[in-house]
Amino acid sequence: MMTKTKQNTLMWLALPIMALAPLLFPSHTTLMTYISVMIVLALTWDMLGGQTGYNSFGNIFFFGVGMYVCAVVQRDMFTSGLDRFERISEVVVSISASEYFISLATGALAGGVVALLLAVILGSGILGMRGHYFAICTLGLGHAGAEIASGIDYIGAGSGMVTPIYPSDAFIGKEFFYFYAFLLLALITFSIFRKIYKSQFGLALNAIRDNENKAESMGIYTTRYKVTAWSISAFFLAIAGAGVGNVIGFIDPVEIAFSGPTFGVWMIVMAILGGKGTLWGPVVGACILYLSKEAFWTYLLGWDKVALGFLIVVIVVYFPKGIFGWIEERKQFKNRVTAQKGSDK
Amino acid sequence: MITYINILIESPEFLAQLLINGMLVGAIFALIAYGLALIWGVMDIINFAQGELVIFGGYLTYTLFYQFGLHPILTIPIVAIVLYGFGWAVYNTIIYRLLGQKDIFITILATFGLAILMQQLMQAVFGPDVVTANPELGMQVLFDGSIIIPNIQLISFLISLFVGAVLFIVMRYSRFGQAIRATAQNSRAARILGIDIDKVYANTFAINAALCGIGGSLVVMIWTIHPFVGLVYTFRSFMIVILTGLGNFVGIIFAGMGISAFENVTGFIIGAEFQAAVIFCLLVIILITRSIRARKKREYIE
Amino acid sequence: MNLLTVKSVGKSYGGVVANHDVSLTVPKGKIVGVIGPNGSGKTTLFNSIVGHHAIDSGEIHFNGQEISALTIPEIARLGMLRTFQQTHIYGKMSCVQNMQISSDIDARWRIIFSPFSKEIDERVDELLAFVGLYKKRFLLAGDLSFGQQKLLEFAMALMKKPKMLLLDEPTAGVNPTLINGLIDRLQQVNEEMGITLLVIEHNMRVIMNLAEHIYCVAGGTMLAEGKPVDIQNDQRVIDAYLGN
Repeated sequence: MMTKTKQNTLMWLALPIMALAPLLFPSHTTLMTYISVMIVLALTWDMLGGQTGYNSFGNIFFFGVGMYVCAVVQRDMFTSGLDRFERISEVVVSISASEYFISLATGALAGGVVALLLAVILGSGILGMRGHYFAICTLGLGHAGAEIASGIDYIGAGSGMVTPIYPSDAFIGKEFFYFYAFLLLALITFSIFRKIYKSQFGLALNAIRDNENKAESMGIYTTRYKVTAWSISAFFLAIAGAGVGNVIGFIDPVEIAFSGPTFGVWMIVMAILGGKGTLWGPVVGACILYLSKEAFWTYLLGWDKVALGFLIVVIVVYFPKGIFGWIEERKQFKNRVTAQKGSDK
Repeated sequence: MITYINILIESPEFLAQLLINGMLVGAIFALIAYGLALIWGVMDIINFAQGELVIFGGYLTYTLFYQFGLHPILTIPIVAIVLYGFGWAVYNTIIYRLLGQKDIFITILATFGLAILMQQLMQAVFGPDVVTANPELGMQVLFDGSIIIPNIQLISFLISLFVGAVLFIVMRYSRFGQAIRATAQNSRAARILGIDIDKVYANTFAINAALCGIGGSLVVMIWTIHPFVGLVYTFRSFMIVILTGLGNFVGIIFAGMGISAFENVTGFIIGAEFQAAVIFCLLVIILITRSIRARKKREYIE
Repeated sequence: MNLLTVKSVGKSYGGVVANHDVSLTVPKGKIVGVIGPNGSGKTTLFNSIVGHHAIDSGEIHFNGQEISALTIPEIARLGMLRTFQQTHIYGKMSCVQNMQISSDIDARWRIIFSPFSKEIDERVDELLAFVGLYKKRFLLAGDLSFGQQKLLEFAMALMKKPKMLLLDEPTAGVNPTLINGLIDRLQQVNEEMGITLLVIEHNMRVIMNLAEHIYCVAGGTMLAEGKPVDIQNDQRVIDAYLGN
C-alpha cells in the first residue's frame, strides 16, 4: 500500500487534527472517545483472531475483568478509613482529584495485569488444542464471567458497582480527559502492535495461522506463542475496560462488563469488516462499524440492533475478507501477474 | 456450600430428586445435541446459532399458546414444521455458501452472525423479558412426597425419546436416512451415485432446526426463556457432542442426561445462578484432560 | 557412530499391523535409503520416528537420546526434520518469509519486538539461491509449482541446520529434468553441510545412486538390507516388488 514514510507522515499530520477534535466537534466528544475504545477492542481481538487464526468469542471476559479490578482499586485505594459496610454498599465515594487519577491509573494497570495472568492460566489450558475447540470454549467464557461477577458480593453482585464521580476540581473536564486518555491508549496499542506484527513473533503467529502442523514440525512451540498473543490482547483490552467503566459511571455485570451481545460481538465484527489479520483493518473496521451503529440508532431506533445484526450477517457471510483483506488480495493478484510476465524460469 | 453437600448426603431422596429431574430434562438437551452432531458430522458445519433456534421454537410455542390459546403440547408439531422450513430457508440463503470451506472459521463466524441477528430479531419482536408457557399439568408425588416429578418433565422425556426413536429409525432404515449417511461418509461418491447432495444438506440442516424447535417448545414449558439465553443451550450442546463424539447416538442420550443431572446437583450445591460457569469449567476440564492424555500418546484432538 | 537407531519398532492401526519388529541404523554423515512396495509401512516408520504418533513397541535413539516419547516440536529442536510427499509449506507467506520462520527462533521475550537479524536474512538469500528460487523469493509459496514447493520445503529444512533429514519421496511428482539437480543438491548438503539423510524413494535410479546403504521394507517388516548393488540383485527384494 503506502510506504512506511508515507504512512508515518500521514499519521503525523492526522495527529494534531485528532488532538483538536473535541474542540472542533464538542458535541461528538463521547462518540469519538468510543471510536478509540473500539479501535483498541478490534486490534486486541485481531491479534489472536486475525493474525494467529484463533477466533475467540470470549474476549469480553478480559474487558470485564479490567473494568471490575479497576473499579475495586478506585473504590478501596484511598478509602481505608471507612468501614467495610460503607465501602461495599452502593454509595459513591468521592475523593480528591489527585487520588482519583492515581487510583484510576493504578486500577487500570492492575486490571491489565490481572487479565494478563488470567489469560496465561486459561490459555495454557485451552490454547493447546486446535482452533475450533478453542472457539467453542470461549463461547462460554463471557457468560461464565458475567455469572461469577453477579454472584460475588464484594463487587456488588447482581447490582454491579459504581465508579467514583469525576472530580469537579480536576485540571480538565471529564469528557475531554477520557477522550485524550483513550486516544493515547489507541495510539499506544496501535504502535506496539505494529512493531509486534513486523517482528519474528508476528511472523510466527502468521505461520501458526497458515499451517500450524508445519510450524510444530519445525520446532515452534505453538501453544506458547498463542498464549502470549492472547495475554498481550488481554492486557490492553482490560485497560480499555477499566476506562469504559469510568466513562459510563456504573458497571453492570451482564449488561456492560461482560456484555457479549454488544462489546463482545462488535470487537469481532469490526476486525472482520476492516480485514482480519491486517494492521489497519481493525482500525478502519472499528470506525465504520461504530459510526454505522450510531447512525442506525439515530435513524432506526427500535430496530437499530436488528439492522446491526443484518449487517453482521452480511459482512461475515458475503464479505469475510474485509476491506483490507480485499485490498491485499488485489495486490497479490497484481504481483502474481507481473511475476508471471517478468520471469518464468 | 458444605451445608448443601451435607443435605444431599443426609437425605438421599433429595439427591435422587435432583438426579431424576436432571435426567428427565437431559433427554431434551440430548435431542438438541443430536441435531448439532448431525450437521457437524454430515456437513462439517459448526452451528453457533443452535441455541437461538431452540429459543425461536420456544417463542413460537409461547405465541401460539398465548395468542391463539393452543395447548403447548399441541404446538410441538407446528413448531417442528415451521422450524423445518426456517432451517431450509437458512440453508439456502446462508449455509450453502459455507460448504467446502477450508477455513472452518468462516462457518463458525457465519452461524455466529446468524445467532446475533436472531437474538436481536427476537428481542425486537418479543421484548427482552423472560416468558414461559407453562401448561400446568400437575405432578407425580412419590415416596410420600419426598420425590416430586412434574408431569411436564415426564412428558418431555417421553416426547424426546419418541422423537429420538423416530429419528433413529428414519436414519437407519429409510432411503432418506441412508442418503444422509452416505453423503456424510463420502459426499463425492454419493453425488456420483445420483444423490442430490444439496438437497441432502438442506434437509439435514432443516432436520436440525426442527429438532431445536421441538426442544425449544419443551424448554419453554418447563422453564423461562429470553432472547439471549440461547448461548447456554448452544454451549451445552457442544459440551454433549464433544463429550460423546460424533455419530454415537446412544452416547449422546446418556451424556445429555448425565450432564443435566450433574448441572442440577452442582447447581444445588453452588447455586443455580452459576450454571453457565459450571458448564464452562466442566468443558474446560474435560478438554484439558483429553489434551494431556493425547499429548502422552503424541496426538492432538482434532 | 550411529546417529539414529531404530530397534524393533512396532505400530498397529486398529488391528492392521503397519510395522512389525523393524530395526535400522543410520550412521552419522551417511545417506541411507528405504525402499519397498506401496503399503509396506515406510511412511508409518517415518511418522513413528519423527513423533507423529506413538509406537506400540521398540526403541528409537537419536544422537544418544531415546525419543520415542517425545513430541514433534521437541524432536525437531533436537535436530531431526522431515519433509513430506505432499509439500507442507506456508502457502500464504512469501518464500522469504517461509525461510525466515524456519530459522531457529530465539525463544526469548525480545523476539516479540525485534525483526529477523541480518545474518538470518543473508542465510535466507543464500539457501534460496542454493535451491534456485532466489528470483521467485517474493512470490507467495502457494503460487509456486509443485517441484518448486518441494525445493522450498527442502531449503526451509536447511535453515534450521538440522543434524538429520528424513525425506519422504523427494523426487515424487518432480519433473524428470529437475531430478538430477535435486540429487546433486542432496549430495551437496550431505557432503558440505554434513547432514545425515534417511530417504524413502520409489525411483530406483535415484536411490541406488544416492544412498550408501539401503533398507528394504515389505509387508511391515524389514526384508533385506545392504549396499545398493546387493539389494538390486537380492531375489527377495525383486519378489517383493513383483508381488510374489
